Amino acid sequence: MSLSVHIEKKLGAFTLSVRFETRGGVLGILGASGSGKSKTLQCIAGIERPDAGRIVLNGRVLFDSRSRTDMRVQDRHVGYLFQNYALFPHMTVEENIYSGIRYLKDKRERQRRVDDMIGRMHLTGLSDRKPGQLSGGQQQRTALARCLINEPDILLLDEPFSALDTWLREQLLAELKQLLTYYDKDVLIVTHNRDEAYQLCRHIIVLEDGRVDSSGKVQDIFSAPPTRAAAILTGCRNIAPARLLENEVVVPDWNLRFHPERPVPPGLCAVAIGERSFVPGREENGQTVTVETILERPFSWLVQFRYRNQKENTPSLWWQVDKTSHEPPQVLSLGVSSRDILLLHT
Amino acid sequence: MMDWYPLWNSLRIAGISCILVFFSGICLAYYVARLPRILKGILDVVLTLPLVLPPTVCGWLLLLVFGLKHPVGMFLNDVGIRFVMTWYGGVLASSVVAFPLMYRTARGAFESFDETLAWSGRTLGLSDTYIFWHIRMPCCRQGIIAGTVLAFARALGEYGATTMLIGYIPHNTATISTTVYQLWRTNDEYHAFIWVLINIAISAVVLLTINVYEKRGRERRRLL
Repeated sequence: MSLSVHIEKKLGAFTLSVRFETRGGVLGILGASGSGKSKTLQCIAGIERPDAGRIVLNGRVLFDSRSRTDMRVQDRHVGYLFQNYALFPHMTVEENIYSGIRYLKDKRERQRRVDDMIGRMHLTGLSDRKPGQLSGGQQQRTALARCLINEPDILLLDEPFSALDTWLREQLLAELKQLLTYYDKDVLIVTHNRDEAYQLCRHIIVLEDGRVDSSGKVQDIFSAPPTRAAAILTGCRNIAPARLLENEVVVPDWNLRFHPERPVPPGLCAVAIGERSFVPGREENGQTVTVETILERPFSWLVQFRYRNQKENTPSLWWQVDKTSHEPPQVLSLGVSSRDILLLHT
Repeated sequence: MMDWYPLWNSLRIAGISCILVFFSGICLAYYVARLPRILKGILDVVLTLPLVLPPTVCGWLLLLVFGLKHPVGMFLNDVGIRFVMTWYGGVLASSVVAFPLMYRTARGAFESFDETLAWSGRTLGLSDTYIFWHIRMPCCRQGIIAGTVLAFARALGEYGATTMLIGYIPHNTATISTTVYQLWRTNDEYHAFIWVLINIAISAVVLLTINVYEKRGRERRRLL
């Protein structure tokens, strides 16, 4: 089970230049909108044609610009779950799923598999509905059923939750995770949502301006994003440019200077501090702060503040603290352990 | 005794034109929609021209090609096909005039079709032919049916190009519209009036069909 992708494609403002391999399980491609992540999926499925490169799935060459191989979409055996699910609107749920195994000649076997899939995807009783009569979640399950019954060699999910309400998302996230356990081959999920990436994927690739910015185990990337793009996409908001001066890291925007306790990457360009890493009154890297706004969250306070000596026209910082009382936190100074300051490279 | 030949001839001409225009309109709409923009613009003008040109101009142009004194017409006459003064010449005239209606509505329907449906069909291994007939056409059926009905109505009412190409020969090339003119010219108000009523009845049925269909389409869309 492996997919190896190396593609180049000119896309208006930038060039998509992606190279990666899957290591089994669920791989996430995390990127801001316009970073080229959907285009990458489309190239793998054959919907878009790369300018150059090579795509190999389980030893089958799907695309190779050098040998001029460009397999037809129909022959690639790639399952693709579209952002809008692309269900055929004039067909019922059953007919939609049916269209995924038209290649099977034996009619009775075909019906048996469709019935089986309807049961597995919790669609029992909805067989005769048209897509327009289904909820977002039911549509997603129908589209997934249609993909899976086709027994593709890899499953590509393009922003699987973008068409849904936020409150539905969390519920369906768990559901999708469970449904994907029926599928024992590689899965590729494209998303710009960090929660989806974190919960569904084992490994992730961070895409920035059409190239692979960083990649690794999902926990590693989230606990210590190595790059600026990864830090932003994993939800870090406190980021400032930094450089190494002798043995110290200098952050001019925050008027901060400290001895790094993490290995300093070559090409250090910025530092990031997690919203929960600040400690009130701590002396280490401690500074007087001015609180600007305090937002109340169900279970935490979100404090927007500036350092007293912070450079002007730089963005304010965010500190998140668990609620212990109904009183908003009073704070004069905030410190942070040097161990908790993430060192980012380009 | 009423002579019903013009009704039969008109329905025959309109029916055959409608079938010809249905397939050629859909085919051209499908391929033109995928052409590069400049070529698309040019072809679009050429294919829509018969809609805006006066039918007599269309008739004149048809005579220029298929007339018996012109090379193409002479050649066809030699191999036994004659469009001038024959009922199937009427099919040619009506088809040319009705074609743009089918072509334009079909193209509009194809252009509003969500291409991801076709792509998802392809990833499921469905052939392009299957996708065309079982996904694209059913999804665009509203526009295609509307275009077909309009084309049929236009072909049925065709007068200008028809009269120039096939004239009026009773029991041969006479259609409802040419008959009405002929009867009016010979002061046969009674029969002219009957044909007018028949014509109004057919047109009303056609319009009613479109309206019923559009209403059903709206209700279905509201359900979605």
